[in-house]
Amino acid sequence: MKRILSFMGKYRTYGIIAALCVMGEAACELIVPFIMADMVDVGVANGDKPYIFQRGILMAVFAVIAFLLGITSAKFAAKCGQGLGAELRKEEYRKLQGFSFGNMDHFQNSSLITRLTSDITTIQNSVSTGMRPAFRAPIMMFLAVGLAFSISGKLAVIFLVALPVLAVLLFTIIFHVRPLYSRMQGAIDLVNRIIQENLTAIRVVKAYVRGDHEIEKFNEVNENLQGISEKAFRLAVLNMPVMQYVIYATILAILWFGGNMIMVGGMKVGELTGVLSYVMQILNSLMMISNVFMMMTRALASGRRVLEVIDEEPEIKDNRESTACVEKGGIVFDHVWFKYRKDAPEYVLSDISFEIQPGQTVGIIGQTGSAKSTLVQLIPRLYEATKGSVLVDGREVGAYSLEHLRDAVAMVLQKNTLFSGTIRENLKWGNPNADEQELDRACRIARVDEFLDRLPGGYDMELGQGGSNVSGGQKQRLCIARAILKKPKVLIMDDSTSAVDTATEAAIQKALKEELPDMTKIIIAQRISSVEQADKILVLQDGHLLASGTHQELMEGCRLYREIAWSQKREVG
Amino acid sequence: MAKYVGYKRPKDTGKTLKKLFHYLGIHKWAILLVGILVCISSFANLFGTYLLKPVINQYILPGDVPGLIRMILFMAVMYVCGATATYGYGQIMARTAQRVVSEIRRDLFIHTQKLPLKYFDTHTHGELMSHFTNDVDTLQEALNNSFALIIQSFLNLVGTIGLLFVLNFRLSLIVLVFLAAMFVFIKYNGRRSKRYFNEQQAVLGELNGFVEEMVEGQKVEKVFNHQDANFRTFEEKNERLREASTKALAYSGMTMPTIVSMSYFNYAVSAIVGGLFTMAGLMDLGSLASYLVYVRQSAIPMNQFTQQMNFILAALSGAERIFEMMEEETEVDRGTVTLCPVESDGTALKEVSGYSGHFAWKKQEKGREVLVPLNGDVRFEHVVFGYRRDRKILNGISLYAKPGQKIAFVGSTGAGKTTIINLINRFYEIESGRITYDGIDIREIKKDDLRRSMAMVIQDTHLFTGTIRENIRYGRLDATDEEVLKAAKVANADSFIRRLPKGYDTLLYGDGSNLSQGQRQLLSIARAAIARPPVLILDEATSSIDTRTEALIEKGMDAIMENRTVFVIAHRLSTVRNAKAILVLEKGTIIERGDHDELLEAKGRYYQLYTGKAELK
Repeated sequence: MKRILSFMGKYRTYGIIAALCVMGEAACELIVPFIMADMVDVGVANGDKPYIFQRGILMAVFAVIAFLLGITSAKFAAKCGQGLGAELRKEEYRKLQGFSFGNMDHFQNSSLITRLTSDITTIQNSVSTGMRPAFRAPIMMFLAVGLAFSISGKLAVIFLVALPVLAVLLFTIIFHVRPLYSRMQGAIDLVNRIIQENLTAIRVVKAYVRGDHEIEKFNEVNENLQGISEKAFRLAVLNMPVMQYVIYATILAILWFGGNMIMVGGMKVGELTGVLSYVMQILNSLMMISNVFMMMTRALASGRRVLEVIDEEPEIKDNRESTACVEKGGIVFDHVWFKYRKDAPEYVLSDISFEIQPGQTVGIIGQTGSAKSTLVQLIPRLYEATKGSVLVDGREVGAYSLEHLRDAVAMVLQKNTLFSGTIRENLKWGNPNADEQELDRACRIARVDEFLDRLPGGYDMELGQGGSNVSGGQKQRLCIARAILKKPKVLIMDDSTSAVDTATEAAIQKALKEELPDMTKIIIAQRISSVEQADKILVLQDGHLLASGTHQELMEGCRLYREIAWSQKREVG
Repeated sequence: MAKYVGYKRPKDTGKTLKKLFHYLGIHKWAILLVGILVCISSFANLFGTYLLKPVINQYILPGDVPGLIRMILFMAVMYVCGATATYGYGQIMARTAQRVVSEIRRDLFIHTQKLPLKYFDTHTHGELMSHFTNDVDTLQEALNNSFALIIQSFLNLVGTIGLLFVLNFRLSLIVLVFLAAMFVFIKYNGRRSKRYFNEQQAVLGELNGFVEEMVEGQKVEKVFNHQDANFRTFEEKNERLREASTKALAYSGMTMPTIVSMSYFNYAVSAIVGGLFTMAGLMDLGSLASYLVYVRQSAIPMNQFTQQMNFILAALSGAERIFEMMEEETEVDRGTVTLCPVESDGTALKEVSGYSGHFAWKKQEKGREVLVPLNGDVRFEHVVFGYRRDRKILNGISLYAKPGQKIAFVGSTGAGKTTIINLINRFYEIESGRITYDGIDIREIKKDDLRRSMAMVIQDTHLFTGTIRENIRYGRLDATDEEVLKAAKVANADSFIRRLPKGYDTLLYGDGSNLSQGQRQLLSIARAAIARPPVLILDEATSSIDTRTEALIEKGMDAIMENRTVFVIAHRLSTVRNAKAILVLEKGTIIERGDHDELLEAKGRYYQLYTGKAELK
């Protein structure tokens, strides 16, 4: 709670203003009935017309003041709550950007998205709308209790019994509802996950005619959610009857004891009605307070989820101060070991050592799951080696700032993403200042020019989310062009031409070689033909470096490589 | 309490209400009971307040102790009834609301399953998700709280106004004027804040969309050092959201204090006029005092009523969106021909139960049941198709596939290979022409049976949350563990699965993001292998798998699919070269067909595609 409010920053002042206004407003409202009593008891009773008008105007003045304070508080409460929300969202987003791939894998994407959106919405609205009742109700309540005491100390003792009883009951409810709310949130996540999965994998579901199976799965989680939320809400709505029981009992007790006191002559009728009217006031305040608590319970559950993200320790520390830049693009792996989680039993990469000279073209070949992608992701420090060191230009990758390192090492990911926006905007991710000529050149090298003029609008064609309106091969070529535009010292292509036909792939490789001779190129590929021309080929098996050398050397010295080559050679024969 | 309400008014309230009542109808007794209990609860509350005065005047002042005890007991019984009624309607409503919402959610999901792929192509996931989340949520909140509260506040409002009229008719006119003024203000302010709420909703949608896309694309963002640029965009949107929502909430937050202040004005005016009345002898002092108490109370139900009205309107517009989606046209399926396992006794086919390895189409012909053996003979006759009406992907294509063979489609990206596959299993409807399957028009085959007759491994691998075993079993739900193992071995996935921390029981999350692309493909192949389908379709199924593993898989699959039809789509020519027939597609038409050797000899497009590689050597 405190932690969350600490993100308020400059909006804290607004919050204080709003709170003060609310309290002022409440005070004004409490004064009005007194003026009223005055007016009736003095003015009307004495038949003093000017007094009546004078009091009436005074009431109106207080009403106006209350109005002004009220709208001011509404404004500032809105400012404060929404400001807090914006700050939290910003902080969380900033944090998210510092996450390493490992952190990203820890939270799931869908969960991260809700934590950034609906959870924060819950918090900010709770603050904005909860401010008024939260500050108003206690004042109203304490004043009412105080006034009741000033009227009749003896009678008001009843409150001292009723209020603690009520407080205990309400807190018991809240105490039990809270864990149910978190469970409900979990149940909602399950329901949403199945919906989400069915939306993305609808083709698989339809192809296997598994609609009924999915509906069955959905029914299960849906019924689970129904059960838990039913439980939670049935408990939460208990606060109304509980409050009514206590308040009604209080009214009756006051009526009985008060009545007796009047009968023995210890109290006046006006005093009894006065105390009774304060019971109503207290009832209203208590209702507000319990609503605020309910709201806070939900907001806190969201707050915890947000804080989990904010508190997540980024696995990779950015060496921000470092000014070192990658100049040439030589790479050395020195006895590198790697596993994704510390407690994982087996290493994904074991004792990898090799060296790449600047400007070389290096191919990486290996079977599915042999950790080829993992290996190259260590170079731009997307993951950090568990043991051993990865050096770029003779320096540990950790010695560079992430910005410099990743500027110099471009990577075309296997599962690549384009973003909504025009093709031009997407390409400019590589280099925001790229001019038309540079764009053309990159597109020529990546063979984007082959299809660009066939797309409606060319560079200005709008891409759908994830690049859904271009084909797989086109997407891959756009991603390569985007990486080239960065003018990197090292270009890593992780199986990024798998959907491109062989002829085009060869053309891209040739262009890369001729136009960017100084750039170090690392190519992960399935086809031997993609790496045959490389200066060096690394063969990976189950996370071990099995062999390295040129195509010729490997054909002679490495059985696995030969087998892979043969499996492809057959087609020529 | 003002809440986030997407103040969009429903378009056709009547229709939406009718549908909603259909859902509520199942619980009509529960709802009726809630109505009655709310009335009891409100009545106890109002009447109790009303009774205070007579109790004091008639029993306490005269010192009538037994009378007082009687009255207090009477009130106690009434209060207990009232509070118990509150308890009762709260419980029933919470239960009913959750059930109704859960039924709506279920029906929406079932309907989603029946929607054609075209619908998913034209709507974003976020849009569809928001029906399940936001719209269902607002509906739930409204059912949970607003339903009871609106009855209650309405009763309170009517009750209070009624009492005022009974106490003093003339003075009540003042109150009426003020209540009318409040009503107008609430309406006016509602409309004004609605504008900002709409704006806020739009910006919120924009921000959520941005966040979603960036979280999904995090890895690319990192690789391109694009954090700062993105952060700026994010901040700009975040700031705009803050402004819009601050305005929206500030305006809607004004309602409450304004109403309260107006009620004090009302109070003051009533007091002045009432005082003058009293002085003129039109009413006594005690009546004035109690009258004024009711004046003060009248504003609360007024405000509550309008507020709940807004919630209900928001819920109705949410419900309308839900019902609109439920009305979306489902996949057309008028097919009657079904698939059944058969055995042949040499001369005739006989339907059997269980898996026999042979299938046949069962169709009605002249009132008789006829079994047509399933061979996998697929023919396209002048098929025209485009995902959008104005852009044709296939221009009158005709093709045939000899059954029991491996048939490959090659051609450059965008040539229409995947489209052909999408049409065979009727993911999309063709515009003109005809597709036949063993001589039967596929439109005559029941869709589920059509799809059941072929297993598909599609380009985008999708896995489900669950264990690896469950994911493989997705292909055939009643497969035994041994069969799962066998399928995994065929797909060459067994060795990597064994190395995972929990083997076949390893949990996959978020579309199998903890596996490599190639491993995911191996699993989807295993999923298809376990289905033992009469026809198999592989659409770029091995693009991320190394060729050596691919060759091993091919061998395994060939054994399973012996004498069965297999369609293969691939860029990689090593994947297709063993096919009996290779069809080369270009711009939606078939330009070459033949086997590998024939096509190489022909020196056409296939040769070009093929020798693109040869040039490198």
